Amino acid sequence: MIYVISVIFFALIVGLMVTFVVQFRRRKGYQAEDSPPHNTRLEVIWTVIPTLLCVLIFYLGFKSFLNMSTPPANAYEISVTGQKWQWFFGYPNGHTASELHVPVDRPVKLVMTSEDVIHSLWIPAFRVKKDVVPGRYSKIWFQAIEPGDYPLLCTEYCGTGHSDMLSRVIVHEPGGFETWLRDADGLLDTLPPAEAGEKLYLTKGCTQCHSVDGTAGIGPTFQDMFAGSFATRDGATIVVDEDYVRESMLDPAASVIAGFEPVMPTYAGKLKDKEITMLIAYFKSISRHAPQEPASSDADSDHSDQPDLPDNPDNLDHPEDPDHSEEK
Amino acid sequence: MSGDTATNNAATVPTDGQTTGGTDYLNCSYGIKSWLLTLDHKRIGVMYLVAILTSFFLGGIFALLVRTELLTPGQTIVDADTYNRMFTLHGAIMIFLFIIPGIPAALGNFILPLQLGAKDVALPRLNLASFHLYLGGAIFLLAAIWLGGVDTGWTFYTPYSTTTNGSVVLVTLGVFILGFSSIFTGLNFIVTIHRMRPAGMGWFGMPLFLWALYATAIIQVLATPVLGITVLLLIAERMLGIGIFDPALGGDPVLFQHFFWFYSHPAVYIMILPAMGVISELISVHSRKRIFGYRMIAFSSIAIAILSFLVWGHHLFVSGQSNLANMVFSALTFSVSIPSAIKVFNWIATLYKGEIRLNAPMLYALAFILLFGIGGLTGLFLGSLATDVHLHDTYFIVAHFHYTMMGSVVIAFLGGLHHWWPKMFGRMYSERWSVIAAALVFVGFNVTFFTQFVMGSKGMPRRYYNYPSEFTIYHVISSIGSYLLAIGFIITAIYLIHSLVKGRKAPANPWGGASLEWQTASPPIHDNFAEEPVLTDPYDFSVNEFDERTGDYLLRPEVKG
Ligand code: HEC
Ligand SMILES: [Cu+2]
Repeated sequence: MIYVISVIFFALIVGLMVTFVVQFRRRKGYQAEDSPPHNTRLEVIWTVIPTLLCVLIFYLGFKSFLNMSTPPANAYEISVTGQKWQWFFGYPNGHTASELHVPVDRPVKLVMTSEDVIHSLWIPAFRVKKDVVPGRYSKIWFQAIEPGDYPLLCTEYCGTGHSDMLSRVIVHEPGGFETWLRDADGLLDTLPPAEAGEKLYLTKGCTQCHSVDGTAGIGPTFQDMFAGSFATRDGATIVVDEDYVRESMLDPAASVIAGFEPVMPTYAGKLKDKEITMLIAYFKSISRHAPQEPASSDADSDHSDQPDLPDNPDNLDHPEDPDHSEEK
Repeated sequence: MSGDTATNNAATVPTDGQTTGGTDYLNCSYGIKSWLLTLDHKRIGVMYLVAILTSFFLGGIFALLVRTELLTPGQTIVDADTYNRMFTLHGAIMIFLFIIPGIPAALGNFILPLQLGAKDVALPRLNLASFHLYLGGAIFLLAAIWLGGVDTGWTFYTPYSTTTNGSVVLVTLGVFILGFSSIFTGLNFIVTIHRMRPAGMGWFGMPLFLWALYATAIIQVLATPVLGITVLLLIAERMLGIGIFDPALGGDPVLFQHFFWFYSHPAVYIMILPAMGVISELISVHSRKRIFGYRMIAFSSIAIAILSFLVWGHHLFVSGQSNLANMVFSALTFSVSIPSAIKVFNWIATLYKGEIRLNAPMLYALAFILLFGIGGLTGLFLGSLATDVHLHDTYFIVAHFHYTMMGSVVIAFLGGLHHWWPKMFGRMYSERWSVIAAALVFVGFNVTFFTQFVMGSKGMPRRYYNYPSEFTIYHVISSIGSYLLAIGFIITAIYLIHSLVKGRKAPANPWGGASLEWQTASPPIHDNFAEEPVLTDPYDFSVNEFDERTGDYLLRPEVKG
C-alpha cells in the first residue's frame, strides 16, 4: 500500500525530472522561456492529493496498530526478562527457559521487563517489537499460525553482547506445547547430574560469555575452572569450590575474577538449587583439578561471608499456576 | 538604497585589516591572529568550513571502519566494544560537529550578509564566540576519544549511558558547549535578517536560502536549550545519581528519550532546512529560471520549522508510549511530509522550460531531489504505526536517515560548496573532475544505503556487531558502496584543493546568479562590496547577460541605471 504509493510518486518525480532535464538542458540555439512564476491550481492539487494520501496511510497504520497492541483476554501469558545479554522466559508453572516456547494458534501475551538497561524484543516473523524497560512492564501479543522455529532478537542497543542477545521462538504443534511444558521441568532429573548440567550450560545463556574449550570470552572459561585457583580484582585468591560457584551464580558481583568486568547477571530466581548442583557436577566433569581435594581452608576464608540466599524460583509477576490448568 | 544599513555596519564592524583596492578578504591581513580573532563573517565562515570538513573526514574514517568491520559476521578487524565505540563516534561527530553546523555556520555565515548586501552579520562578536565555542566543544569530543571513547550510541539512552564505562561525561559536555555555539549562530542570523535587510528588500524579496536559514535559526534558538538541559541532567544522573532517569531511584528512563528527541527531532530540520534553501538557489540559478511558487517554498520552510517541534514522539512508537500519544505523533508526522512534498514539486516545476546547465552544483541539486524523494517516501513507512513497529531499529531506519541526512544534507552541502566556491575563494575548480566525483558520490551512496533498506526490511537490526550469515552479501555490497563514496570524496578534496593553487581565476558571477552576492568580486573584499550593489529580484535572471570575453555574467546596463 505505502509501497505502491511511494513507487508511483517516485516514478513521477524521476519521470518529470528526467524529461525536463533532457528537454530543457542548455544547448546551442536554445533559450529559457518564460513560464508563470506560480500556478495556484497546480499548487492546490499537489498539496491536497498528498494530504489525502497521508491521511489514508495514517488511518490504516493506526488501525492495525491498535489491533496489534490490544491483547485478547484469553491470551496465554508468559513473562519475559531481558538482561545483558540474554532473555529469560517464565511460564505459569514456574519453569524458566532461555527460549520462548509457545502453542500454535493461540494468542500469547508477553509481559516484559528488564533487569538492567533498555532492551527491545523483536520477533521479525510475527512483526512484533517492543522496548523492554527496567522498572516497568511492557506487553505485546501475537498468535503463531504455523509450527516452527523463528529468530528472536534484541533491537535496542545494550552494549558488548547486544548483537548476540538472540533467542528462538519455538512454536509447538497442537498439543506439543503442553507436553513440553510438563516435561521441561522434570526432564533434567532423568539425566545424570553432569549431563543435566551441560544441558543447563547450553540452554541458560552461559555460552554467551563462558566457553568450555579454554578460551576466555566475556567471562572466564569453565574448562579446568573447578578447584582451580584465581586472583580476584581486589587482589585476593580464591579457589573454586561448590560454595564459590553458588555465590558466583547468585551474587556474581561479590567477587570478581581479575581481568573481567562485573557484567555477569545474577541467576537468583532463575536457577533452582538443584540446577546449580547439576552445573557444579558438570564443572567438575570438565576440570582436571576436580579429582583432587577441593578448596583449602585459607582460601575458604575469602568468601566466608557467603550469603545464604533464599531459593525463590519464581520472582515473576504473575501468580503460580502449578498444574497448568489453563491449557485446553 | 542600502545607505543607512551600510553606515550602521561600518560602525559595528571594526576593520581588522587593510581594505585597499586589489586586496580581498583573504589577503587583507595575515597571521594566525588575524584569522582566529577576526570578526569578519567571511573568515569565520571559512574557518568553520575547514573545521567542519575536518570533522567530516574524521567521522568518515569511523564510518569506513564500521563498514569494514561489518564485511563479515563476528570479528573482522576489531572487537565488539571497539565497534560500539566506532559507531558512536561516527554518529556523534557527524551529527554534532559536521552536519548541524554544516550549512548554516560555514556556507550561511559566508553568504548570508552578502545576500543582504550587508557588510557583516549583525553581531560579529557573537559570531566569533560561536566559532570559539565550537572549537571548545570539539576539543571535548576529541579528548573523549583519546580517553577511552564512548559506546552509548550518539543518542546516549539511559540507563545504558549512566552505567557504562567510558567518557560519557566529556562527550555530553562537548555536546552542551556545541549547543551554545549553535544557539549563537541562530540568534545572530535572526537578528541579521530582521535588521540588516537593505531598504527595498522585503521579506518576499529575500533569496529563499535566507528564508531557510531564518527558519533554521528559529529551531536552533528554541530547541537547543532543551538538549543542553537534557545532557546536564544526564551528567548529574551519572555523577551524582540524582534519580531522574534511573528507575531504581524512582526515575524514568523513557523520559530521557522524550527530552532527547524533543531537541533531536527538530535538529533533523536544523540540518535539512538549510539544505533545502541551498537547493532552491541551485535549481533556479543553474536553470536560469525563476523559482516556481516562491511563497509556497518560503511558507513551507516556516511550516516545517513549527511542525518539527511536534513530532518527536515518532521515535518512541515502540518504547511503551501510550496509544493516544502514538496516534497523535503519527498523525503529526505525516503532516510534515506535506510541506516537504510541496518543495519537491516546486523545484521540479522550476526546471520546466529552463536552461539547465549540468555542472556539479546542478547535478548535486538533482541528486538531492532523487535522494530526498527516497528518504521522504521511506519516511512514510516509518510514520505509519503498524509498519514502524517492524522496521524500527533496523537497517531500514539507518538507510532512511542516511538518505535524508547524508543523501540530502551532505549532497546539498556539496552542491552549495561547489556553487559558492568561486565566490569564496575566487577560483574555478575542474569542471570535468567535479562531474566525475559527483557521479561517483551518487552511485556510491546508493550502493551503500539502498542495500540497507533491503537488509532492514528483511530483519537486520541496527548497531549489530555480529549478524546471521544470510546478511553477509548485503553488508559486503554496502561496504563496497562506502568505499566508492570515499573515493568520490577524496577526488573532490583533491580537485578543490588543487583549484586553490592552480585554478582559473573566477569571475564575479560565473553562473549568472541574480542575488546580491554575485555582484561583488570573487573573492569579496573585506567590506564585501566596493560599491553599493544594485538591488534586483533574486530570481529574475534577465538582469544579467553572459559576457563571452570575461566568462562573466554582467548586469545589463539598463538595470544598473
Ligand atoms: C553476560 C556474560 C555472562 C553470562 C551470560 C554468564 N556469566 Fe558467568 N561470569 C561472567 C564474568 C564476566 C565472570 C567473571 C567476573 C566475575 O567473577 O563476576 C563470570 C564468572 C563466573 C563464575 C566464576 C568463574 C571463576 O573462574 O571463578 C562462574 C562459576 C560463572 N560465571 C558461572 C556462570 C554460569 C553457570 C552461567 C550461565 C547460567 C553464567 N556464568 C553466565 C559473565 C557471564
Ligand atoms: Cu539488548
